[in-house]
Amino acid sequence: MTSLDSVFAAYIIGWAVFFVFYLTVAKRTSTLREELDRLKNSLNRGK
Amino acid sequence: MWKRAMTGAIVLFLVGAAAYASFFIAPEEKTMHVLQRIFYFHAAAAWAGMTAFSVCFVANLLYVWRRSEKWDSLGVSSAEVGLAFITVVLITGPIWAKPAWGIYWTWDARLTSTFVLWLLYISYLLLRTLIEEPDRRALLSALFGIFSFIDVPIVFGAIRWWRTQHPAPVIMGGPGSGLEPTMRKVFFFSVLALHALMVFLIAERYRLEKLRTDVEVLRREAEAI
Repeated sequence: MTSLDSVFAAYIIGWAVFFVFYLTVAKRTSTLREELDRLKNSLNRGK
Repeated sequence: MWKRAMTGAIVLFLVGAAAYASFFIAPEEKTMHVLQRIFYFHAAAAWAGMTAFSVCFVANLLYVWRRSEKWDSLGVSSAEVGLAFITVVLITGPIWAKPAWGIYWTWDARLTSTFVLWLLYISYLLLRTLIEEPDRRALLSALFGIFSFIDVPIVFGAIRWWRTQHPAPVIMGGPGSGLEPTMRKVFFFSVLALHALMVFLIAERYRLEKLRTDVEVLRREAEAI
């Protein structure tokens, strides 16, 4: 691996970590939002 | 919604500009040449990670003092984001070390204390998954977070107090240390860009935590009916 390859590898892997982290946060948020809507609906039906 | 998208776009622009400056504006260093350009990402990510853990520490102290849920949410959000940044540091470091030192890793004081820091905050997050009761979970994890933060000044001081394979500090390193003026500007711009990313990610993660709390409250209500 040349020095330039190492630099590109460091930047690409680094940005990939941040991107994957952001995606997991977005995914967990959307799952929880669905769960929240489902719970609200079931509570409204129960009243 | 558009405010979040706008903030995201600004953060993306800043990190893109920082990457451009690291590759095309910063002058080439004399001994490591192009390889040294990893520094602008690696060191700036380390600074942002340490700031995130500092936010976590303050949030943990405030939780122990005030017992308010928002400090617990901020604590776990900043711990997770700090962990993402330190993961980047632990990946980019060895990629830089192999061509520079001939080895990916060595157990010197700086590298070891950073690895221990990573393990401590993984343990902080694991601890939270093991405790069901919200108040107990928040208090115990806040106390563990306060304890974990002890390693942050050790990581900072490791290259100042002990002889290490890791290079001596170029910022706040005392007499004889320092960066060429353009390199210094590019470095501090990278630090700014990665701090903007860190704040954006903490805000996104905090929103998730608030949502989780709302779901927990509604679940309890649903179970009570």
